[in-house]
Formats: sequence, structure tokens, C-alpha cells
Amino acid sequence: MLLSIKNIHASVEGKQILKGINLDIRPGEIHAIMGPNGSGKSTLASVLAGREDYEVTEGSVDFDGKDLLSLSPEDRAREGLFLAFQYPVEIPGVSTTNFMKAALNEKRKYNGQEPLDAVSFLKVMKEKVELVEINRSLLSRSINEGFSGGEKKRNEIFQMAMLEPKLAVLDETDSGLDIDALRIVANGVNKLRTPERGVIVITHYQRLLEYLQPDFVHVLVDGRIVKSGTKDLALELEEKGYDFIKDEINLTATV
Amino acid sequence: MEKNSLTYLEDKFNELQSLNKGDALEALRESGFKAFTEAGIPNYKNEEWKYTKINNLFDKEYDLTEDLSSSSITTEDVDAVRLPGHENANEVVFVNGKFVQELSTIRSNTKQLVVLPLEEAAKGEYKELVTAHLNKSSLFIKDGIHALNTSFIYGGIFIYVAKDQIVDEPVFLYHIADSRKNHTLLQPRSLVFVDKNAKLQLVENYTTIGSMESFTNEVIEAVVDTNAIFEYYKIQNDLANASQVGTTHIRQIGKSYVHTFTVSLNGATIRNNIDIVMEAAGNEAHMYGLYLLKGKTHVDNHTLVDNTLPNCFSNEFYKGVIDDYATGVFSGKIFVRADAQKTNAYQSNKNILLSDNATVNTKPQLEIFADDVKCSHGCTVGQLDNEALFYLRSRGISADEAQAMLLQAFAADIVEQVKLEPLRNYVEKLITERLSVN
Repeated sequence: MLLSIKNIHASVEGKQILKGINLDIRPGEIHAIMGPNGSGKSTLASVLAGREDYEVTEGSVDFDGKDLLSLSPEDRAREGLFLAFQYPVEIPGVSTTNFMKAALNEKRKYNGQEPLDAVSFLKVMKEKVELVEINRSLLSRSINEGFSGGEKKRNEIFQMAMLEPKLAVLDETDSGLDIDALRIVANGVNKLRTPERGVIVITHYQRLLEYLQPDFVHVLVDGRIVKSGTKDLALELEEKGYDFIKDEINLTATV
Repeated sequence: MEKNSLTYLEDKFNELQSLNKGDALEALRESGFKAFTEAGIPNYKNEEWKYTKINNLFDKEYDLTEDLSSSSITTEDVDAVRLPGHENANEVVFVNGKFVQELSTIRSNTKQLVVLPLEEAAKGEYKELVTAHLNKSSLFIKDGIHALNTSFIYGGIFIYVAKDQIVDEPVFLYHIADSRKNHTLLQPRSLVFVDKNAKLQLVENYTTIGSMESFTNEVIEAVVDTNAIFEYYKIQNDLANASQVGTTHIRQIGKSYVHTFTVSLNGATIRNNIDIVMEAAGNEAHMYGLYLLKGKTHVDNHTLVDNTLPNCFSNEFYKGVIDDYATGVFSGKIFVRADAQKTNAYQSNKNILLSDNATVNTKPQLEIFADDVKCSHGCTVGQLDNEALFYLRSRGISADEAQAMLLQAFAADIVEQVKLEPLRNYVEKLITERLSVN
């Protein structure tokens, strides 16, 4: 098992958001998590990445044999977890190139590898630039500063390509993208699919999933996964909306 | 306390006057001492000194000896303080506040650049210039600490850049305080004249040797004539026992260009006054400052831009990062006099506090008496952006490293204002070292 989430309860500022999440991801699988606003999708992403202010009150997460929740955000990244942000942060004065060089070498150091020299690093970067179709000139600019929505998201996928994570969590990567940008981002993710790499795609819409073809789709409502299925579930949701699931739950509850 | 120090300084003053009876600067010193006696050491009651205390610097006796043979600063010491990459610069060495010709090296030819002891300049070929411009700053700065410098004008320098001359190498003023045996009070005084169509790059650096305290009370007056360019850099990375009150008074008497840069990294109590007086229409001035403070360092940047005539432009940008128990003060004043229509004057001060015990007092001020001007001022005090820190950490960068990256980025747009490349590299290196985790 690559990732095993067991009975996770989490709260933000005292408010319980996640109320017992269970999820297992095997290497190579793509899992989509869908659900209405406020159901806890992004909270789950934040808990996995280790964002402060999110308190896990119950449960455990095993990540490739490590107790994920005991690790700092940086160590989670070095172990191979990657979060593509819903709202990538603008950081004036730090170029994406320098950022990635520092990040990649921190990860290598953690894993007992020698840091990459400038030439090898640029070689890796060139490969990944082509892979995810990002405009190279963006990378020498300050991180995300003045980038369009699409450029920011593409930069996230570029970073994912550079860091080659074991597990990538894409938090509403499709939000704010037009059709063309969506296709490019999805192509980037598809090219990064390997038999080893797991992906969690958090999204509202079926659109991205058409490109990504997930192995599983889970529906998150009020802090719990209430339904899991194949990619057909996403189509059903698109057609009927989330209400049909809620109705189903209510039905089950009353039975 | 103050009374005692006054008496002790008076003895020193009388000694200096009797030793140099009849020299060209005797009357000036006399007037300085009179002003000092009347004004005294400034304290918190003076609005301009509200946040910076210096009277406690006068609770000890300083060595003020005029006899340089008592100091054993050698050329090896000068080699040790020289900033990297500027081995070919013109070097003016001050020891304990006095110009030491034997340790100084002027490499540019004398057609371009003249460096003379102030006493000599005041009576020779440059007598008129010196008489016209020396101590004009006292018309603007009335406090006692400035007058104290004037009381002890001796061993200063006159720097002259001739008309149409671009000085090919910068001039470095290396101030060395020999505090191995005694507490030292240094009162360097310089007058700089950049003539029409000329260019000068001036760098000041301060080094204290020894574990006793040093206190530098410096006045430098620069006069910039029509079409001239004056760049001024001040590097403050001295020991924690080194205090300083430094006044840089720049007068742009013809339409000219001035660029100043001050970086403060280490020291005890530091006060920097940078005043720019626009005495001609169409002047342009840029002032940049960066202070990265830790321990108990106190740095006060006081600036003044006085627009007296139309169409002047000034832009001022200071940034600070304050840690531990350190204090940063910024006070920027822009005057726009009634005749100074079409003035463009901008001012900004941004601060990041890294500790609960760090303090910043920031006070941008505009006083406008003309009605057709563009002026803005602003200041911010804040902490590092947690979202940015998390973003960096989420890619595998440690919390400390992430903080260093963000702070370095914060400082970067000020550092790039150093136009001398080796100096910029040096400042960058100092900042990286300061911010680096290991």
C-alpha cells in the first residue's frame, strides 16, 4: 500500500471538518475525490501535506511505511508527497529555478544522494519543461508573481515533474482554468503517470477526470467518504448532482 | 553625568585649540564648541531623538588624543579591513577619526581626484570652496552632537573631483577605530565637492579593532554641482561595541544626480542622518537602505529631502529585518517648499519583525507647501507570510531555509541598488551569511 488513511478526524480552529476518512491507495492508482463545497476535500489535502492550523484529533496515515502525521511538511515532501496547491502562492524575489534547485537538492540530501551540480540540474529542468509544456521564461521569474491562473497551475505540475513524488495530491488543480489550459495541465499529469506513482485528484467537476481517467472515484460529504466507485460514478454525479447521493444517504439512514 | 562629560570634553577642546592656534579652522571649531555647550547632547525631549538614546554613550571617558603615534595601526591592519574586489580603489584611511596619509593610497590621477587634509585645503588653492561649503550642514542640524564634531574638526579631509572628470575608481573611506587600549571617540570630518559634469563613487566602511568601545561621530558634507553624479555607499558591519552617529549632508547645488545606499548589519547604537538639499531645479536623488538587526543593535535611519526649487525627483526606499532584542527606527522627512512646484517625492519603509522582543519605530513624514506636487509615503511592519513559508516547505525546504529564502528575497531589491559590482557581491555575501541557517 502506498497510502493508507485510517479513520482520520481533523478540525480547524476547533471546528470538526473530517469525521472519519478511510482511504487506501496502491502504487500507480489515480483516485478522484469529489464532493460539494465545504465537504472537507481541501482539508484532507492540507492534513496530508501538514499545513499548520489543521489538527488531527483521531486516526492515522501510513505513507509507504512511514507515519506521515509525525513528519514535518518538508520531510513529507522529501519522503515523496507532493501537494499541487489550489491557490499557488506568489513569492516575489525567489525564482522558480532557484526554488526547484534548492528543493530538489534538499530531497536528494534527505535520501542520501549527492546534490545536483548546475549543469545536471539544468538538464533535468530542460526535460521537465518539455514534458509539461511550460514556458521556460516563467521559470526565471519570481515564483508565480504576475502569472495567469493557467500559468500558476502549470507551474505546479512542473514542480511535480521536477520532484518526482511517490504520491501527488492535486487540490482543485482544474479550478480557474479554461479548456485549453485544462487540457495542457491534464496532459502533464498523464505524462507523469507511472506504475509506481499514486495520484489523488480533488475536483468539483467531471471535466478533468475525462482526461485523467481515474481508477476510483470517491464522494466526500460532510467529512466522510459516503460513496466510492469507478469513473462512472463521476459521470453519474455530473448528471444528477450531489443531491442524489445525499438522498441515498438519508435513505440509508432511515432504513 | 552629562555635566561631567562636558567638562572633560571642554579640556580636550581647549587642548586642541591651543595646539593648533591660528590654523584656518580655529574659528569654526570655536563656534562649534559654543553651539555644543548651548545645545548639549540631544535626548528624548528633542523630537528628532525620541527613539534613539545617545547620552548613555557619554557616561565614559573616551580617548580623543590627537597624537596618532600612539596608535599602532599598520598597513597589515588596512589590508585586513579592505573590502574584497576593490583592491584598485582609492583608499582614504582614517584612524581614530583622523586622516592618515601614510596608510592611504590615491590611485586616480590628480587631474581627476584631489584628496587633501582639510586644514591644508582650507588655506590653499581650494580655500574659497572650503570656506563656502564647510559646515553648511549646521544651518540644518542644530543639535549638540553635530556641533561636537565641528568643535573637533581636525585631521579631516577635502575631496575634490574636477570639472568634467569621471573618477575611474571609487574612493573608499576606511575608518579604523583602535580600541585595544581605550574607549575611543572618533570624529571624522570630510568635505566633498563634485564639480560640474563630474562623477564620484564614495564608499564608507567602519572597523573597530579591540574590545573597548568605539563611538564614531562623523560628519560628511558633499556638494554636487550641475550635471554631476554622486554615489554614496555606507557599509556598517562593525563590532557590537561600536556606536555611531553619522551625518551625511548632501547639497545638490546644480541639476544633478545623487544615489545613496546604507546597509547596517552589526553595531551597538547607530544613527544615520542622510540629508539631501535640492538647491537647484530638476535635481534627482535616490536613497536606499537595508538593516538586518539582531542582538541588541539599535539602528536609526533619519533622512531628509528638502525640495526648495521646482521639478525635483526623489525616491527613498528602506527595508529592515529585526530580530532578537534589536530596534530599528526610520524617520523620513520630505519638505516641499512653496517654490518647489512639480516635485515628485516618494518614500517607503518596510519592516519584518522576527521576534516578539524586536521593535521598530517608523515615521514617514511629508511637509508640503506647494500645490502642484506628487508625493507619497508609506510604511509597513509585519511578519513573514506563513502561506509562503508553507509553500516552500511543502516542496522539501526546511523551515529555517524557507525563512532565509524569503528574507533574502525581501532584501534583494535593495541590495541590487549597489552599482559597484564587487561591492554588491560583497554585500550579498554578508547578507547570505547573516541569513543562512548553517
